[in-house]
Amino acid sequence: MKTWFFTEDAYPNLPDDDTYESVRVNLPNKHFDPVLGAELYNMYLDIWCAADEMGLEIMLNEHHQTATCVLPAAPITLGVLARETKKARLLILGNPIVNRKQPIRVAEEMAYIDVLSRGRLDCGFVRGVPYEIAPANAYPYRGSEKLWEAHDLIMKAWTHHDGPFNFEGRWFHARQVNIWPRPYQQPHPPVWVTMGSAGSAAQVAQRKHIGAVFLAGYPGIRRLFDGYREGFLQAHGEEAPLDRLAYAAIVCVGENEKEAENGTEKLLWYIRSNKVAPQFNNPPGYHPPAVSANIIRGPRPGEPDRRDPRLETQKARGNVFSGTPDQVFQQIKNFWEYSGGFGHLLMMGQAGFMTYDETLKSMKLFTEEVYPRLKELTASYDAGVMKEIRSSRPDVESVDTGLLASEFVR
Amino acid sequence: MDLSVVRKGSGPQILVLHGGDGPVDRFPFADRLAEKFEIIQPVHPGFAGTPIPEHFDNLQDLIFLYLDLIDHLNLSDAILMGFSMGGWAAAEIAAINTQRFSKLVLVDSVGIKVGGPFDRDIADVFATAAAELTALSWHDPSKAPDPNSMTDEELQTFASDRIAHGLYTWEPYMHNPKLPYRLHRIDIPTLLIWGAGDGIVTPTYGEAFRDMIPGAKMVVIPDAAHSPHVEQPEAFAKAFLEFASK
Repeated sequence: MKTWFFTEDAYPNLPDDDTYESVRVNLPNKHFDPVLGAELYNMYLDIWCAADEMGLEIMLNEHHQTATCVLPAAPITLGVLARETKKARLLILGNPIVNRKQPIRVAEEMAYIDVLSRGRLDCGFVRGVPYEIAPANAYPYRGSEKLWEAHDLIMKAWTHHDGPFNFEGRWFHARQVNIWPRPYQQPHPPVWVTMGSAGSAAQVAQRKHIGAVFLAGYPGIRRLFDGYREGFLQAHGEEAPLDRLAYAAIVCVGENEKEAENGTEKLLWYIRSNKVAPQFNNPPGYHPPAVSANIIRGPRPGEPDRRDPRLETQKARGNVFSGTPDQVFQQIKNFWEYSGGFGHLLMMGQAGFMTYDETLKSMKLFTEEVYPRLKELTASYDAGVMKEIRSSRPDVESVDTGLLASEFVR
Repeated sequence: MDLSVVRKGSGPQILVLHGGDGPVDRFPFADRLAEKFEIIQPVHPGFAGTPIPEHFDNLQDLIFLYLDLIDHLNLSDAILMGFSMGGWAAAEIAAINTQRFSKLVLVDSVGIKVGGPFDRDIADVFATAAAELTALSWHDPSKAPDPNSMTDEELQTFASDRIAHGLYTWEPYMHNPKLPYRLHRIDIPTLLIWGAGDGIVTPTYGEAFRDMIPGAKMVVIPDAAHSPHVEQPEAFAKAFLEFASK
């Protein structure tokens, strides 16, 4: 299992959250202190460089008009990391190509980073979260169609080497496409796309790209990964390889449970600080009507709150892997088997006020004591055995992680 | 393509183009008007549970659909009346050709930009908190649609209406930069009816709109905001009937 270290580059020094409406979109940037920002940006780069030195891969993303992620132009950060790191693959997950008006610019930036890093780029394309709509001023209706049209244009820009070609689509227009440079990797860098529904997963599978899922946990992972696997089998007549699927979770490893708990509580800032005003969470055209209607109504009485930010809840749901190395391995293994397997773990290992030292300690424990076992686990993957394990386990909303740890024998 | 059209009453025809809140025929003012007129109200595709046609991208698609509809119905000497976003569509249609219409009525209409790039001429209804949106839209907040009292089906329609509303108005937001250069072509009597307390598009915006249409008049209705036809049906009907009978 390839593991990608990930932090959102938060600016966590916020006023009391009852003094503002939303951490996304309209929180005034007077609350951003550029001097502190400089410290944070450099710390985050140092953390990524440490991940590189420890043998982890690197993932970054971008958001706009939010303190939860102050990377508004991830390709710039990628450019820095292309120089500052030596071995790690560099994943951007991803370029919000539905909201950006110039796919060609994305193709150019990515080709440049691929060349500069001598072929270490993994390039993700995303639709983006609903609160990205207002900052981008982009109407989200038919977002999936726009994503694939921009994708097709970028792919051709990367792989066409005989002078200008024409593109006049429904959403994007470019009549003389001939990018310089072209990518370092041939025919193009690995492509990742995030998946939010079984239908969208099948579309990713049809193109053989890597499908990534964020924090879907036990309640959502099978539907998404199965959607991918079925789509892959249908389109290509063979089983999807393990390395086509990725799962993103919050990961914290401690020497003991207490240390891990302290670190994870800090990481959960990522979930707890995501105070989003309803008008930014539900822009028209982003969600299908039924989903939008549910958001307007709010949770029904007795309905479980899926955003419940308590550590135990998030752990039980498979959004957080946290504990001693043994415990974390067992949690990931259990989720991996339940999901039917995946080849990439996207590890959110820093968030909120977690310091450089705390982050590196967890990262080091992960790298030395968990990672080798995860690599063994995926190396032992057998599609037939996995199917048996999977079918022996009913669908669940959550698991008792305490029970997992006690069952662990090694 | 299929288009849902509501017809109500009999008499001289009014082609009614509803706004982003959806069809208006259910409101009492429509009953008043239907005593003397035939209301013909197409339901904009995407509203009231109807599908959005695959090729639809913006208000231009609606305008050309209605040019077809107007020909198809063979309208003659009809009154063209539009509310908010529907007023924008009505102004666009009238600027193309007024031959089938005798009069134009615009109610709290969007469609033009009057200020500079940094001025927010039209409230950003898609990025405004619900309570604030109610305060901008209604003189009497109790008149506002209340999602909490809707059935599942009504709420889903409410959500679908928002999608269609966004499709027709997203960018440039609620206006066509070219429209001010075309409004001079409107050569039929035109009345603007405006809620005095409209916070979505203020009466000052309405006056700027009026001044771009040759000879247009404006009536401001007190104790009403963005929907004077709902909040003050009597005053609204009176303003309309006076203008229509001239």
